[in-house]
Amino acid sequence: MSDSLEQDKNLLDKAAVLEGLPEHPALKAILAWSPDALTDAKFDRGELTLTIAEGEIRAALQTVNAAGYNFFEDMTAVDWFPSTPRFQLSYHILSHSFKERIRLRVLLQDAEPVVDSITSVWAGANYYEREVFDLFGIRFEGHPNLRRILMPDEWVGHPLRKDFPVEGYR
Amino acid sequence: MAETLYTPIVGAPIAEGASDQHMVLNMGPQHPATHGVLRLVLEVDGEIVVRLYPEIGYLHTGIEKTCEAKFYQQVVPMTDRVNYLDPLSNNLCYALAVEKLLGLEIPAKGQWFRVLLAELSRLNSHLIWLGTHAMDIGALTVFLYTFREREEILRLFEALAGQRMMTSYIRIGGVSMDPPLDFMARVQAFILTMPEKIDQYSNLLTGNPIFRNRLKNVGFLSAADAIALSVTGPPLRASGVDFDLRRDMPYSSYEKFQFNVPVSNDCDCWARYEVRLIEMRESVKIIQQALDGMPEGLYSAVAPKIVLPDREKMKTQMEALIHHFKIVTEGFAVPAGEVYQGIEAGHGTTGYYVVSDGTAKPYRVHMRYPSFATLQSLETMCKGRMLADVVAVIGSIDIVLGEIDR
Repeated sequence: MSDSLEQDKNLLDKAAVLEGLPEHPALKAILAWSPDALTDAKFDRGELTLTIAEGEIRAALQTVNAAGYNFFEDMTAVDWFPSTPRFQLSYHILSHSFKERIRLRVLLQDAEPVVDSITSVWAGANYYEREVFDLFGIRFEGHPNLRRILMPDEWVGHPLRKDFPVEGYR
Repeated sequence: MAETLYTPIVGAPIAEGASDQHMVLNMGPQHPATHGVLRLVLEVDGEIVVRLYPEIGYLHTGIEKTCEAKFYQQVVPMTDRVNYLDPLSNNLCYALAVEKLLGLEIPAKGQWFRVLLAELSRLNSHLIWLGTHAMDIGALTVFLYTFREREEILRLFEALAGQRMMTSYIRIGGVSMDPPLDFMARVQAFILTMPEKIDQYSNLLTGNPIFRNRLKNVGFLSAADAIALSVTGPPLRASGVDFDLRRDMPYSSYEKFQFNVPVSNDCDCWARYEVRLIEMRESVKIIQQALDGMPEGLYSAVAPKIVLPDREKMKTQMEALIHHFKIVTEGFAVPAGEVYQGIEAGHGTTGYYVVSDGTAKPYRVHMRYPSFATLQSLETMCKGRMLADVVAVIGSIDIVLGEIDR
C-alpha cells in the first residue's frame, strides 16, 4: 500500500482521490459503510483527508477503527471565522498495522455547534474533547465529563476562537 | 465531611461520589512528586485509592493562541517552552511540519545532524526522568549521577545554541548556525562514556530491592487500555505494543539507522523503567552511527527566502542583506494547506498540526503532546492500589506539565 502513497502525488478533490487510491483501506471501509457520508476527500502532501458529513463522525470513526485504524492520536478544531461553516474538527487517526495516519475532518454549520462525542470509540478522546470545548466552545454530546480543562472554571469565553480579544481588559 | 473539605473546586466530579467512609485528599499542585504543578484529587478508602481525578491547567499560557500572532519562524522559540526537558525534539517536530507545508527538502547532512540532536535531547529527557523517578521512590543518589551527565548534555547545547535549555536551534529549513568546530568531537567523547554511566545507574537501581518492590506489579496498564487511552512512547511499548514512529514511520532519515525498539509485556512501572533504560542505550548507538556516517554537505537548505543568511554574508552581500531584512520584517508566505507531523520524542508521540492560509503567520498551530494523553491513564493504573503507588506511577509515566497545559 505504501507504494501507492507517493509523497509528491496530490489528489485535490473527491473524484481524484476515489480514482487514485481505490485500494486505500480507510477509504474502502468508509465507502462500504456509507458513500454519502463522505462529502469530500483530499490527498495532499502525503496526507489523506476525508471530510465526513456532520452528524456521521462517530459512526465514521467506528468504521475506520474497525478497518484497522486503531489509534486515536489527536483531535482539534480550527475556527474559520468569519466564513461559514465556521468550525472544522480534525481527527488524526493512526494505524499501527498499516503504519499510516489519516485525517477525518468535519465541518460544523452551526455557530454554537454540538457534535457527537467519540469517547465511546476511544476513551482517550476525553481530554481532547474537553480541550476543544474549553478553548473553542464546541459541545460534545455524550461526553462523560464535559468541563473546562485548561482555563479556570469561571472563565468567560473561548480563547482559541478567532473573535476572542487578544488585548485590552476583560 | 468530605464535601466540606473539598469546596474550592465547585462541581468537581469526585466530590459527588465521596461517601462517609471515604476521604477526599488533595495532592498538589505544590507537591514534589507531581513533577510540576499537577493537582490530583484522590478519593481514598484508608490507603486504597478509590478514584483519582487530575486537575490541570495551572501552567496554561495559551501558547497555541500566541503562535497565531507570530511569523512562522518566530514560533520556534515557543516550542522550546512547551516541553522544556526535550527542547530539540519540539523544534524538530515544528520545523518538519512547516517544511512539509513548504515542500522544502533538507540536505542529508542536516537530516543526520537533526537525528543526532533529537537523540541527545531524548537522553537529556530520560536522564531527568530517571533521576526524579528514583528520587520519588527514595533512591536519592541516582539523581546526582544523572544530573552529572545531563549537565554535560546541557553544555553541548550551550555550545550549539548559546542557551542550555531553550535552544531554538533547529529552525525551519535547517539549523540556526553551523555547530562549533569541536562539537562532534565533544559529542563523541561524551557518548563513549555513556554506556558505562548507564551501567552505573542500573547498578544502583536494578538490583535495589526497595526500588524493585516499589515498581514491580505496580501501575498495571494493559495493551488494550493503553491504545484506548492514546498512550504513546515508552509507556505504550512497556504495555507490549511494538510501535515506534522512528522505525515505523521514519522522518528525518531515521530509516538509515539501525536500532532496536525495546518492548516489554509486563505492563507495570518496572517495565517502563526497563524500556527507558534500554532506549537510552539505543540512543547512544544512534548518536554513534550519526557521528560515523554523517554525509558531506550543508546543514541547512539553500532557500534564501526562508533560511536566514549567514552573518558574514549578510554583512558583505547585498542580496543576503535584503533577504535577511525581508525575512525578519515580513516573514515568508507559506502555501495554504494543513499538515500533521508526528515524531517520537522522549515522552512519546509529539505532533504538530499546522494550518496555513497562505500568509506569513500560521492560521492555527495545534500541539499534540504525549503527556496530555498519557495523564488520562493515571486513574486506570492507580485505582484500587495503595496511595504510595500513585507517586511511583506518576514517575513512571514521565509527565511534563509544561506540555500538558501548554
